[in-house]
Amino acid sequence: MMLGVFEIHEPQTVNEASALLAEHGEAATVYAGGTELLLLMKEGLVHYPHLINIKTIPDLDQISPDNDALRIGPLVTHWQLEHHKLVQEQASLLAEVASMIANVRVRAVGTLGGNLCFAEPHSDPATLLLAWEATLDLTSANGRRELAIDEFILDMLTTAREHDEILTGITLPLLPPHSGGGYEKFATHERPSATVAAIVQRHNGMTSEARIAVGSVGAVPVRMPEAEAILRDEMPDDAAFEAAADAVSQAVDPIDDLYGSIEYKRNIARVLTIRALTTAAERAAGNKQ
Amino acid sequence: MSDERPRMPLSLRVNGQSIEAVIEPRTMLLDFLRDGLGLTGAKRSCDVQVCGACTVLLDGMPVSACCTLAYEARDRSVLTIEGMLQNGTLHPLQEAFLEHTAVQCGFCTSGMVLATKSLLDANVALSREEIKHYLSGNLCRCTGYWNILEAVESALKSNQESASG
Repeated sequence: MMLGVFEIHEPQTVNEASALLAEHGEAATVYAGGTELLLLMKEGLVHYPHLINIKTIPDLDQISPDNDALRIGPLVTHWQLEHHKLVQEQASLLAEVASMIANVRVRAVGTLGGNLCFAEPHSDPATLLLAWEATLDLTSANGRRELAIDEFILDMLTTAREHDEILTGITLPLLPPHSGGGYEKFATHERPSATVAAIVQRHNGMTSEARIAVGSVGAVPVRMPEAEAILRDEMPDDAAFEAAADAVSQAVDPIDDLYGSIEYKRNIARVLTIRALTTAAERAAGNKQ
Repeated sequence: MSDERPRMPLSLRVNGQSIEAVIEPRTMLLDFLRDGLGLTGAKRSCDVQVCGACTVLLDGMPVSACCTLAYEARDRSVLTIEGMLQNGTLHPLQEAFLEHTAVQCGFCTSGMVLATKSLLDANVALSREEIKHYLSGNLCRCTGYWNILEAVESALKSNQESASG
């Protein structure tokens, strides 16, 4: 499979990249790790005569503390997330999830920003960051705005990013004390069939806060408010997890495809929810690393 | 007839040797290595970055050459399987693969060895589970992986011993 002809542009600033995207319109696209883009172009599904290489812009690959949050540049690779000391220390679940993405070669060059902007439904980071309530910075030559994950990922392969906007930052609020997270994925193909992220907070032995996100079974990752309500102010025990998981299996909106039937995906989401909650609760209690 | 396609100069190091070339921006690293330089050790297999047969090391990091633009290797170092041979002598990793019969048809071997090389260079003691996870993106249709894992573990162990020795 041969790619069509294109030029590669090397902007030195976000403004320059934004201007290039505006100038060339639909003939241009952002190029970072290329792990999704080049595949689509090789398969002849899309073609862009102008690739705007944002890796030539300095400082988009930084990880830094930002008050009670961790700020992650869009060009940080999954490999870097897995191995970076700050992430391992302050957001260890993110390091864990990053290590599970695709294969080591994709992790070596694939970026967090690229994964989120491509909005493929079968996404580990999107599922996790939705439960984490991460926020995203979008920048263009005209200004900057901040969006929550569920304001950004709108549909399969569709985000709220305007054509001339660049995703310039991902902010993860640090989990408060007595919190814990768990993440489960089920995959028989290269991409996961179901992904569940659970983050719980514990107060006086009860669950004070619960966030559950389910991804990969439907078009976008979704939070599970019914399941979260079941857990809130209850003991974090097996009965609670199973009740929450039953609510998840009812609430998800799976797509029937080669990854599984609707019923199959409902059940897998249910099972993964129990496991993710169990791990999250153990970590919140300080019983498990 | 004029050729309107854009061209760009490319300078890089391949297996320790400086290379100067002129390529199209769309040239894939795998084609540059195989067709441009005659280094056919890296294989085109799935062509969609999932099987690992095209693995090469770019500044020590494993990449899918079938889905990496040659442009990305500009001013950087590429290591292919041909570069593992030093003065006609096999690298200890290659010796380990032979010793443990970790090669059958050989099609996955180039990628498997290079992926393992990047693991070795990190020089951490890894459990079999961690090795399996690291190499899970390198597929083998012949061996059933057991001998490959034995070879990798043995090579890691030798590497640890000589590092502390």
